[in-house]
Parts: sequence; C-alpha cells; structure tokens
Amino acid sequence: MAVCVAVIAKENYPLYIRSVPTENELKFHYMVHTSLDVVDEKISAMGKALVDQRELYLGLLYPTEDYKVYGYVTNSKVKFVMVVDSSNTALRDNEIRSMFRKLHNSYTDVMCNPFYTPGDRIQSRAFDGMVTSMMIQVC
Amino acid sequence: MEGLTLSDAEQKYYSDLFSYCDSESTKKVAAHGRVLELFRAAQLPNDVVHQIMELCGATRLGYFGRSQFYIALKLVAVAQSGFPLRVESINTVKDLPLPRFVASKNEQESRHAASYSSDSENQGSYSGVIPPPPGRGQVKKGSTSHDTGQPRTSADQQEPVSPVVSPQQSPPTSPHTWRKHSRHPSGGNSERPLAGPGPFWSPFGEAQSGSSAGDAVWSGHSPPPPQENWVSFADTPPTSTLLTMHPASVQDQTTVRTVASATTANEIRRQSSSYDDPWKITDEQRQYYVNQFKTIQPDLNGFIPGSAAKEFFTKSKLPILELSHIWELSDFDKDGALTLDEFCAAFHLVVARKNGYDLPEKLPESLMPKLIDLEDSADVGDQPGEVGYSGSPAEAPPSKSPSMPSLNQTWPELNQSSEDTAIVHPVPIRMTPSKIHMQEMELKRTGSDHTNPTSPLLVKTSDLSEENKINSSVKFASGNTVADGYSSSDSFTSDPEQIGNNVAHQRSHSGMSPDNTAPPPPPPRPQPSHSRSSSLDMNRTFSVTTGQQQAGVVAQPPAVPPRPQPSQAAGPVVHRPVDADGLITHTSTSPQQIPEQPNFADFSQFEVFAASNVNEEQDDEAEKHPEVLPVEKASDPASSLRVAKTDSKIEEKTAASAPANVSKGTTPLAPPPKPVRRRLKSEDELRPEVDEHTQKTGVLAAVLASQPSIPRSVGKDKKAIQASIRRNKETNTVLARLNSELQQQLKDVLEERISLEVQLEQLRPFSHL
Repeated sequence: MAVCVAVIAKENYPLYIRSVPTENELKFHYMVHTSLDVVDEKISAMGKALVDQRELYLGLLYPTEDYKVYGYVTNSKVKFVMVVDSSNTALRDNEIRSMFRKLHNSYTDVMCNPFYTPGDRIQSRAFDGMVTSMMIQVC
Repeated sequence: MEGLTLSDAEQKYYSDLFSYCDSESTKKVAAHGRVLELFRAAQLPNDVVHQIMELCGATRLGYFGRSQFYIALKLVAVAQSGFPLRVESINTVKDLPLPRFVASKNEQESRHAASYSSDSENQGSYSGVIPPPPGRGQVKKGSTSHDTGQPRTSADQQEPVSPVVSPQQSPPTSPHTWRKHSRHPSGGNSERPLAGPGPFWSPFGEAQSGSSAGDAVWSGHSPPPPQENWVSFADTPPTSTLLTMHPASVQDQTTVRTVASATTANEIRRQSSSYDDPWKITDEQRQYYVNQFKTIQPDLNGFIPGSAAKEFFTKSKLPILELSHIWELSDFDKDGALTLDEFCAAFHLVVARKNGYDLPEKLPESLMPKLIDLEDSADVGDQPGEVGYSGSPAEAPPSKSPSMPSLNQTWPELNQSSEDTAIVHPVPIRMTPSKIHMQEMELKRTGSDHTNPTSPLLVKTSDLSEENKINSSVKFASGNTVADGYSSSDSFTSDPEQIGNNVAHQRSHSGMSPDNTAPPPPPPRPQPSHSRSSSLDMNRTFSVTTGQQQAGVVAQPPAVPPRPQPSQAAGPVVHRPVDADGLITHTSTSPQQIPEQPNFADFSQFEVFAASNVNEEQDDEAEKHPEVLPVEKASDPASSLRVAKTDSKIEEKTAASAPANVSKGTTPLAPPPKPVRRRLKSEDELRPEVDEHTQKTGVLAAVLASQPSIPRSVGKDKKAIQASIRRNKETNTVLARLNSELQQQLKDVLEERISLEVQLEQLRPFSHL
C-alpha cells in the first residue's frame, strides 16, 4: 500500500501527486522531488543502450528509515514515483511492479482521452479511483 | 412497527421512491443523503421531519429499511395533510394522498395520484414516480400525461419547476424545429423547447444533416416538455416517461409498426415494471444520436476518432473537465475513439449534463456498450434497480437473435484473438481489425434485415414529424439492428480490464520472468573429503574414476605381476612399485587413495614374496625382501612425497629405480638382481633425467650407496635387458594409457568449470535484487 503516489512529467514537473493525508504532505513532496535525481541517474546509467532494452521498472530508488521510494519510468520519460511505508514488510517486489503496471495502464487511459492535453494535471476520476485503491486505507 | 397497509398506488409510489433513494440497491437507505433531501423536499418543518424519522424507527436503526421508509413516507403524507403525527395515524387516516415532495412536484404528485387511480394505460410504468433530486426541478414528467390533456397543464406547472432549466431557455436555433412540434400535446412547450438541448443542438445544427428528422424524433417524445425529456434522461423517471411514451406510441402506430412496436412495447413495459433506469436512451434519442454520428462518420460501423469527437462535444460548451469525464465514462474500450454505442452514451451524458444532472461516477448500465452477456440477460425481463437492462438489445430481441448465436460463437474466438493482440507495453489496445471484421460479418448477416427498415424509416421520419407519437419502436428496432452491429463489435472490445489484464499478464511475464525463474540449483557440492585447493572436481572425477582407475590400476598390478612371474622376480618388484608409483601419482592428489598405497605396497610385497618364493631364491632373499620391503616402504613414502606430476613415467621410473636400486643393493641374487641391476643401469642412465626429483635423487644416492659392486653377467643381461625393456615398454604403455585418461578427465573437469562459471554469471545479475 502506497503512502504517496506521484506522476512526474518528462520535464520533471508533477502531473499528479497524491499522498495519504496523515502527516505533513510536504515531506512526501520533498521525497518525491529528491527521488527524481535518482531516477535520472538510473536512466542515464542505462543510457547508451536503446530505450527498449531499458526496463521500465526501476526498483527501489532509495530507502529511508521510515519509507522506501520506488520508481518507474515510461518510454516517454514520464516517471511514476511511489513511496511506501517501510513497516509494511509484506510488500514484495512483485506487488510493487503490479502497482506500477496498474498506474501505467491508468495513465495510458488518461492519455487516450482527447480532452486531456498532455502536460496538464491529471484530473481523471478513474485515475483517482485507481490510485485510491492503491493507497493505504486511512480511516 | 405497526402493520402498514398501503393502497396499490401508494405501494407503487413508495417502492419507486425507495428505489430512488436506495441508489445502491442495498435494500436499506442511509439516513442521510437522498432520504433527507426527499423529506426536505416534502416541505415540512425540520422538527416534523425529525419526528417522522423517529416514529418510523430509522433513528433507532440508523438507516431506513424498506418498512421504515414506507412508514416515513406515510407519515409525510400524514403531516402534509395536516394530521398530527402519530404512530397510529399511519393506518387510521384513510384516503391519504400520496406524500408530496417539492412544491413543483406537488402537481405531478397529484397528477400521478390521479393517474395511478385512473390511468390504466401506464401499466405499472411508474411514469416518473420517483421524485427528482430536489432542486433539480423536473421529474415526474407527468410523462403519462402525454396522452392526456395533462401535458399542457403539466408543462405549465412545471415551468416554475425547473430552476436548472431556466438557463437553458436561451433561444436556440433548433427550437424552431421544435416549435413545429408545438402542436404536440405538450403544446405550450414551444418556448421551452429544450432550451437545454436547444443551444446544445444549435451547434449541432450546422452539422446536422438529418437534423429535422432528429428533431422530429425529439418532438415525438416531447409530450412532456422536451426539457423534461432531457431531464428524464438524466435522472429519475426519465425512463418512466420514455416508457410511457412507448406504450402510447404503440397505440398510435400504423399496422406496420404495431407489430414491431408491440413487441418492443411489451418488452419495455415488462422492464419498466422493474425499476426505472434513468439513463436509458429512447428510440428517438438514439436515432438522433445515430444521425449525429453519421455527420461525423458516415460509416456507422466505424469509429469517430478522438479529435473529431473532441471538436464535436466541445461545441456543447461544457467545461473541458466534464467533457473529459464524459469521455472517460463513455469510451468503454479505452481506445481513443468512439463507436456508435459509445458515441450515443457520450451524447446522452452530455445532454444530461446540460440539463443539470450530475455525471455519474460510473457508466450506467443502459449506456454501456452492448455486450453479449448483457444482451443475453436483457431478455430475462424484470431486473431490479439500477441494473435495468441494456437498452436497445433488450428491446429488440427478435432482431438480435439471428446475430447473437453467431456473436456468441465468435466471442471466444475474439477473446483469444484479443489476447493475442494484447501487447506487452501498456499501449491502448484497439480491437479495430476484429471489430470491423465482426461488424462486417454482422452486417452481412443482418444486412437484408436492417437495411430495408432503415431506409423506409428514414423516409418516414419526416412524415412522423407531424405526429405526436413516432414509431419509435420501429426506429428503435432499426437503430437496434444497427446498434447490434456495433454492440457486437463493442462486445468484442471486451473488457478493457480483461485486455489490461492480458497486457498485465504478458507484461508480468516479461517483467517478472527473470525474477520468477528460480535460480538453477547450485552445482553439487564437492565432496567434503577434498582438502586440496586444486580442482575439487578433480577430486570428484577422481572419486568417480578412482573406481575405474583403481580397478584399472588394481587390475594392473595383478596383471603385471603374473607377467614377470615367469621372468625374474624382480620384475614384479619393479613393476609393482611402478604400478604402485603409478597409483601413488594418482593417489598423491587424493588423500583417500594414499592409504591404498600401503595396500599395494603390501601387495607388491606379497608378490615379491611370491615371486621370491616362486623363484626359490635363497633365503637371504627372503631376508632381503623384508629389507627390500622396508626400503620399498621407505621409497614409497618418498615417492608419495613426490608432487603429482603429469609425467608419471619419470616418477615411475625413478620410483622404480629407487626400489630397483634398493633391491639391487640388498639382493645379492645373481639372476634376479641382474636384470634389476641392468635395469638399474638403464635407469641409472635415465637418472639424470630425473634430476628434478631431489628426494628421489637422495633416495637414489642412498640406494646407490648401499649398492656394492654387483657382478653382471653379460649373456643373461642381454635377455634380462630385453625382458626389462619389454617390461618397461609395457609399463610405458600402461602409464601412457593412464596419462591419456587423466588428460581426458582434466578436460572434462575444465568443461565443468566453464559451465559453472557461466551459471554463476547468469545468477549474478539477480544477486542485487
């Protein structure tokens, strides 16, 4: 269960960011922002290889004591960043991958909407619903 | 709770209200939300409302069950009639009018009450029983009213009703077409001519080719004010209105239409007896949508690309955000294009929104693209609540039947194909090729069926403009047949979920396969007995081959000793140590074989004994043999100390030389030692080759030192030499064979090592995950 989900555009501005509103959301925003550097580093590391050879799932970007940050980048350099709670040890890599896959699918659905111009903030309710299902259920 | 007796009208009314409030079909209604709105719409003071709620027990339960709800409604009626609120008043007050909600609806309510009592035509179509969400105006379209003289009054009455509608009263361009229909019973609606659809239609007016027909269609439904129709679509009793339309239309039909319409009307009636589906599209609406679709995309089986659809719907002047949401709802297969069904759904939603109805979070059932499974179930008939039925197919089952079996057949095929076409990367999946194919098949099959009706119908639409009731059912049928083609295609778009799942599955395979495959089992561990760092595999191979080797080597000593038996006894001594040394060279690498050396040494000793005994040598031989043996033993450890060398021959020779020297030194025997001596000589010559073996040289020196001058007979020496040469050659061959075997083993071991390294490299990438 994610604590924060963010979709970052190619130019590194957020298209969508949403976090569990328990604590200071600014902290999550900051974590996402710092993780962008790691994402760029991972992308450039694979660098010379063709984009096709690069796997979309980047894996654990960096762990903090409370949270782990995972990254995923699409072929169009749109980045998904997910912050999960470190205490949730049951969260396996496969599950993170599947969550990113769902995110990616929902993102493509949003893209297909002709009323959505790429670069806008994502305001799709379906996308919101999907992200809500992934986030930790906070009573 | 006291027993509650309700009249039929009340029963129907209450159940409709309950279903309206029970948006989630949970058979109980939360105390908040619509119920509260409903009660507030009853225009009762708040305390009365609270009292009612208490009385009916909702506060006790926390929610409104059906009985509580009914009781509450009854109490509302009681309160509205001015009677004091008492529990007993539920049943005691007779002839209670139906509770009224929202001033605007009062007339409708009363009308409905009247209609319920009097109108037998409605046949259970609640026709707008459910009050619209408060503040939304409309509702109850006295839809029933269309056939009576009520419409006009209702229209007038409803004029103040719709605050939402008012902004829509902008003079539309298309209203003039509506005005033409003003002679409809709804008459006075001309000014209201769908202000809603009005401005909405005006932009479409330019694009309309069949606009007149479309308007005719619309007007056909307008017995209640057209806006009411629009309203009806959005929410509450729209279906009721529409449904009542149909029965009414049935009555007006010409013979040709009656048949088809009768069936559809029956269907409708049957379904209308279930809960209303506010989002259902009427025939006229659908026809209009189809016409609009044609203006953009002449091919009814084709798609409207996203950009064209965007332009089209932008004309409706809805905010982009809402249009985006509408698109999300209506583009069922998420392919960025609209089929006819999707287009109709989107259009419907736009119209509803224009009329002030909130967009649903989820696509309503009736707007969903027609899937086969829905079509199958649609014929079931009464279906509760929001499930409703998928509009068109249900209403034209006969026309569907020929197509359905084929569709059913092809459905699984397409499923497979959809899975095949699903791609790994999350790219929108378009079922176009299969869709079009299916549509073509569908069209071919039903081609003759629906082409005929459509053309005459299209012609007739203009004629119908003059009538109140349009043969909506027929049109509907035609629309249905056309829609069927699309629905079949839509059905094959299958689930975006499913496709997504397929994609996900495939992606999961691609993405996860490296993770999922278990690392190959580690190579078998080396045997623990191996102690040397050098090739554990050597150990293994040796352990495997030791059996062979030992067998071979073991075989050799037994084989060899018999040979020299006829010859000198020293032969076996020589050979045996050679063999022993041969063994030693092997066993030197494997400690486990080291213990065998003494065995061989013993064996050789025994052989020596036997040889010596066979030769009947002098007793001093026997004495010397023990001396030889210890010397041999000394030499054996000496040889065992030697580092294993590939060139075992040299070792063997030197080893042989040592014991030979020893034997030569110790045994003053003439014949046996002679060849030994000879051999010693020859081996002495070979000794320089063995300089590398310092230990051996030490041993040799010792041996040589121990050797006194030994007389050598020439004649026998030659034979002995030849024999020894022969023996040496034999040992050479044996050793050569041994060497080749060892080489082979070495190669095998190296290959295994390479394979293990490859495995290790394969495993390495996963080590960091």
